[in-house]
Amino acid sequence: MPSFKVPKIPSSEITPQRIYARRREILGLMAGGAALAAAPSAFAAALKTVPSPYRLDEELTPRESVTTYNNFYEFGTDKGDPAANSGTFKPMPWTVEVGGMVAKPKTFGLEDLMKAYPIEERIYRMRCVEAWSMVIPWNGFPLASLLKAVEPLGSAKYVAFESVVRPEEMPGQTGGFQPLPWPYVEGLRLDEAMHPLTLLAVGLYGETLPNQNGAPIRLVVPWKYGFKGIKSIVKITLTDKQPPSTWNILAPQEYGFYSNVNPAVDHPRWSQATERRIGTGGFFGTSRVDTLPFNGYADDVASLYAGMDLKANF
Amino acid sequence: MAPAKLSPRAQSALVWAVYAVGLAPALWTFWLGASNQLGADPVKTFERFLGLWTIRFLILTLAITPLRDLGLFNGLRYRRALGLLAFYYAALHFLTYAVLDQTMVLSAIVADVVKRPFITFGMIALTLLVPLAVTSNNASIRRLGSRWSSLHRLVYPVAALGALHYSMAVKVLGAEQYIHIGLLVLLLAYRIARPRLMEAKRQKRRAAA
Repeated sequence: MPSFKVPKIPSSEITPQRIYARRREILGLMAGGAALAAAPSAFAAALKTVPSPYRLDEELTPRESVTTYNNFYEFGTDKGDPAANSGTFKPMPWTVEVGGMVAKPKTFGLEDLMKAYPIEERIYRMRCVEAWSMVIPWNGFPLASLLKAVEPLGSAKYVAFESVVRPEEMPGQTGGFQPLPWPYVEGLRLDEAMHPLTLLAVGLYGETLPNQNGAPIRLVVPWKYGFKGIKSIVKITLTDKQPPSTWNILAPQEYGFYSNVNPAVDHPRWSQATERRIGTGGFFGTSRVDTLPFNGYADDVASLYAGMDLKANF
Repeated sequence: MAPAKLSPRAQSALVWAVYAVGLAPALWTFWLGASNQLGADPVKTFERFLGLWTIRFLILTLAITPLRDLGLFNGLRYRRALGLLAFYYAALHFLTYAVLDQTMVLSAIVADVVKRPFITFGMIALTLLVPLAVTSNNASIRRLGSRWSSLHRLVYPVAALGALHYSMAVKVLGAEQYIHIGLLVLLLAYRIARPRLMEAKRQKRRAAA
């Protein structure tokens, strides 16, 4: 249940530890006359954010964990691969093409999108289908804001998403072992896409998205398994047919189109009843907690699925 | 190829070195996990690590015979140590799963073992390794005689179940899985072909004599 809490210090104003730890080095660089422009672009830009009512009252997963433990197969299948292999990816300039069954199709520049909509800070649970979870402060705007701008036609029933394909910058998209077909694609029903919880994230922890987290713009649907949150989006298409989704193409008996978090419906190979909450690191900072229906967002979204058999539509 | 003659004392020191070197990765990685140096999901990382090294020691154990047959390396004296290391890693893998991952919730563990085929396979493999570990001493070899060899052929179904368990535990098969499972399949296939290969070798020797 969302409850409004006035943040003491917005995370956008907290100096990230890795920069704080290098403060002397940075001061030295500046004193030495080295222009900041010469500093590595790895320093994410701070975002100006507004508070939102969607603030979970749970301990945040440390930024270090959020940015080093990722599934982003475009950069490799190991959890550490995205952080290790995404350094050469260029998230700017970027455009998102929005079209299909809309009255006003348009290709948006990312900077225009970030100016057009207030960037909210939303603290959401993130539940991976592999039975681990995090609590992440995302920065972004509702997908509904963008969809309203292009005016969906009455015939539109679904929204299809497509990720970027750049083998020259994404080592997982080249070589002999290609785990997935590219581009990565995902989809939502239009009412799911228009739900106020559904977020287009452009940042986390008050800074622009790191490459390994889906820079520069990604989807966050907190009541669904993490793989529904497609990263590095280049194309959004409104359609009247249920769009394909990558994991569903790969293993339809294991990953459904809906993929709502549901402790009562197990993955065919493992249980979904509980999850490992990624903590402060170390064996004894990890805990196992019960998985909640719709990842704890049942009050907000269960009505979307009224009368539906959630076991059949997993 | 004639191996250099070693004194019995040096031979036994080498075997102990295999145990020490073999257990070092587990101890070191446990220390990393306990002291928060094993990344965001240390329990899963450690669990996977122990499982992967179980597979690796199974591969090394099964490689001894073909390497000797081919005259490349006579490692027979290390086979017991390698086999026992596979058992120790499998046992630690299960302990990590039960204690650190499932936090000793017995109902969850039982449900997993009964309901999840890949966990069932892993559990059977570990159970089959127990009698092999228990009889991995000279006294048992003497006492069991030819039955000892028959009993220790259980390592073949263990390897097959291990490969199955490993392949089903991951979301997609990658290079790491193809290499390790490929080696296991190759080593098991060698056992099927071995009687004929040995027979051919004997005939060649007889013809030459």
